[in-house]
Amino acid sequence: MYKYFPHTTDDIQQMLDVIGVKSLDDLYAEVPEELKLKRELDIPSEKSEIEVRRIIGGLAAQNKPLVCFAGSGSYDHYTPSVVPFLASRSEFSTSYTPYQAEISQGTLQYIFEYQTMMADLTGMDLSNASMYDGSTATAEAMLMCVANAKKRNKVLISATCNPQVLRVVETYAHYHGVELVKVPAADGVMDKAVAQELIEKDDVAGLIVSQPNYYGIVEDFTGLADLCHAHKALFAVNSVASSLGVLRTPGEWGADIACGDAQSLGIPMNYGGPYIGYLCTKNELVRKMPGRLVGATTDAEGRRAFVLTMQAREQHIRREKATSNICTAQGFMCLFVASYLSLMGEKGLREVNEQSYAGAHYLHDALLKTGKFEDAFGPKPFLCEFTVRVKGDAAELRKALAEKGFLLGVETEGMPGCLTIAVTEMRSKEEIDSLISNI
Amino acid sequence: MNNVYYGKLVFELSKPGRVGYSLPKSEISGYCISEMPDVLKRQSKTILPECDELTVVRHYTNMSNNNFGVDTGFYPLGSCTMKYNPKLNEELCALPGFNRHPSTPVEYVQGSLKVYDEVQRTLAEISGLSRFTLNPYAGAHGELTGLMVIKAYHQQRGDEARTKIIVPNSAHGTNPASAAVAGFKVVEVKSLPDGTVDVEDLKPLLGPDVAGMMMTNPNTLGIFERNIPVIARLVHDCGGLMYYDGANLNPMLGVCRPGDMGFDVMHINLHKTFSTPHGGGGPGSGPVGVRKGLEHLLPNPQVEKKSDGTYDLHCDEKSLGCISSFLSNFTVIIRAYAYLLSMGKENIPMAGKLSVLNANYIKECLRSHYLLPIEGLCKHEFVFDGLRPEYGGDHHDPAHVTTLDVAKRLLDYGFHAPTIYFPLLFHEALMIEPTETESKDTLDDFIAVMKRIAEEARDNSEMVRTAPHDTPIRRLDDVKAVKEPKFTFKNL
Repeated sequence: MYKYFPHTTDDIQQMLDVIGVKSLDDLYAEVPEELKLKRELDIPSEKSEIEVRRIIGGLAAQNKPLVCFAGSGSYDHYTPSVVPFLASRSEFSTSYTPYQAEISQGTLQYIFEYQTMMADLTGMDLSNASMYDGSTATAEAMLMCVANAKKRNKVLISATCNPQVLRVVETYAHYHGVELVKVPAADGVMDKAVAQELIEKDDVAGLIVSQPNYYGIVEDFTGLADLCHAHKALFAVNSVASSLGVLRTPGEWGADIACGDAQSLGIPMNYGGPYIGYLCTKNELVRKMPGRLVGATTDAEGRRAFVLTMQAREQHIRREKATSNICTAQGFMCLFVASYLSLMGEKGLREVNEQSYAGAHYLHDALLKTGKFEDAFGPKPFLCEFTVRVKGDAAELRKALAEKGFLLGVETEGMPGCLTIAVTEMRSKEEIDSLISNI
Repeated sequence: MNNVYYGKLVFELSKPGRVGYSLPKSEISGYCISEMPDVLKRQSKTILPECDELTVVRHYTNMSNNNFGVDTGFYPLGSCTMKYNPKLNEELCALPGFNRHPSTPVEYVQGSLKVYDEVQRTLAEISGLSRFTLNPYAGAHGELTGLMVIKAYHQQRGDEARTKIIVPNSAHGTNPASAAVAGFKVVEVKSLPDGTVDVEDLKPLLGPDVAGMMMTNPNTLGIFERNIPVIARLVHDCGGLMYYDGANLNPMLGVCRPGDMGFDVMHINLHKTFSTPHGGGGPGSGPVGVRKGLEHLLPNPQVEKKSDGTYDLHCDEKSLGCISSFLSNFTVIIRAYAYLLSMGKENIPMAGKLSVLNANYIKECLRSHYLLPIEGLCKHEFVFDGLRPEYGGDHHDPAHVTTLDVAKRLLDYGFHAPTIYFPLLFHEALMIEPTETESKDTLDDFIAVMKRIAEEARDNSEMVRTAPHDTPIRRLDDVKAVKEPKFTFKNL
């Protein structure tokens, strides 16, 4: 028998006898013969642990390392060694959604901590624990706007959102039948005048903006929440989670919904996933909220304990009338974020932002000094990411630098000749100087 | 797992001045966030705790001791396929070579792209379909993606009239919910007393407004839908597509493939069938496969193997669009690849067969004590309708011992509970899925405990109704959690 199967030949025979069939194949007697596969699967033969290690280790080694100066939705932040160590505890990782609260307090507690931390960072009342990534969380925010408005089906979204987010939200809007309208950018930020004009038509369910935006610019949302609320629209802010430690929070901007990706809070880049999307809102909107929610209650002996709650919103109860089809509780990633923020605290999160800010501004100024770059939109406030226009071929420059071992940002979509570049606390001054000397 | 309740929250361990991280001293001076306009800066303090490293390590370790996982014990949660999660997979997905920025030029991530392509090819062969996308993040996300494929297929043929998706009344809740998110109307088809789809009830539902039908086979009762060729033909004849919910794929591995049953689109839960850990509910992975002729509709971007053997990313104009920021929950894909390579063609079919053996064995051993509503062979799982009347399970008796009581009592004996009150077809549904990685010894222990609980229910029902008794905490007040909602530490 194989290492993952505990059955002995005797066990199998005894079990077949109890069931009253002669062979394992007879367990499929009711499956019509014409549907059965009459051959072996055309896939490779079983391999030993040594062989599997060799094959997959070889593929990992084929990925050539580049010093990362890219962000745009995935950031190379520091992950303390404690974070993956704790997450690898199999009491956590091999458990399912915590339906049986009496033997799942570990999962329920760290999700409650995660909800507390995300609600606090965003300045909102509560957070769910179920979003796959920042794009799908933003799509869910759009669906919340429409569900809340009942008779309105139009949602505005700033064109300065990350195009990855825009594409996913567009897909959800197209299939769900939401009219999604992009508010154009002016000089690298959302054109507030256009947004105002659209909102004043009184047919908008919500407005979604981005902070820092795709170009790295920190936008000023003054007045937008009041404008939305005066016209019965919800105001949603998509932020890079790490920046919430230092930037004005969605709550402070007056938002009804905060959404985005929390990868920047201790989760490795992992070639794009798994990450965790966050979705936070106000108490009034809790029944429109998709996904799992953990609440505090008491047990039969009066002790404080935690439980999945408000399940009447969810697919397993409400089926097609649910707030969403979400079934996931993104537990493992909640644990990453909760343990990361427990270690970093407010001070650590601020320090990460300060070092990223300093590195990004140092690189930005040095690039401009070379005379080979200019600001894509003139001087604008930014945190750890910025967009520059290359005087020359941006794609060629990026390619040449990759050959020298650097990942110089991403080619800015919709802005030919521009690169959007990010610096985190992971980049030493030496690495930044080395990058500059190679340009 | 231990039974001493820990129960603290990290915020309660915080003391001003403690630090749990170390960063290099900044070598760059002259730049500070305080330079930014005040209006853009955070005004409020955060609630984040101040903790040293050991405090954090002990805190989460103590919490983990109040948690039950597959590594702790038997986890017969129906429709969740809680099989063993091999440790080799964890080692390999954590290799530093795979931790790459998702916008890395393809020349520098050929190894990752090969993992993606090999997994999609293997899944296609196992499923009898043409091509898979691995981009969807979870089973429900896969369902949504698959339904978008179906909608895009009809829309691109210029057929806008197909607004309905047919779903059996025994379906997983995600099926109708995903159909609603994808903008379809949901129509339920009834089940026969044996739990399978009522073909006569289906026929009048079919017409030019039907986009497709979602099924899982075996269904949520663990019964193989023998009429699947007829159902697929009827749906295809009316112009609809067949969607296979792969949540129950495990028992069919290597025996009977969804593509051969007549399905056009399907998703697979890698966290069920292909051994990746459930992680407390996520991250999962829900690859979506399609039959020949539908490949171009899969979400962008797609991984493409070129004639020179290298890999590239490409976007198809006719694709349904993007459904994820990047290219899948990639480390979950690596785990599944390690499993597929390890098991190979010899053992993958055996996984299915042994899961069916285990389920039928428990069913036959326990039907003396629990009510078996559907006779005959089951596949990987089956459903009891609570305790038999002679063991205190008579539904008409207001003092009967419920499925919830049985489930809670199981926790006292060191087992996770089965799925309860699903599917909705039975009053006291108790849905048991053992998986192939459980031994006869474990099953025998479970069977003995289930019988003992039935006897307790008959002889000392109060003991069962007030269970659990030996878990870290006792039964929780769910009503209070809804009526006095507390979602954060600030609310406590």
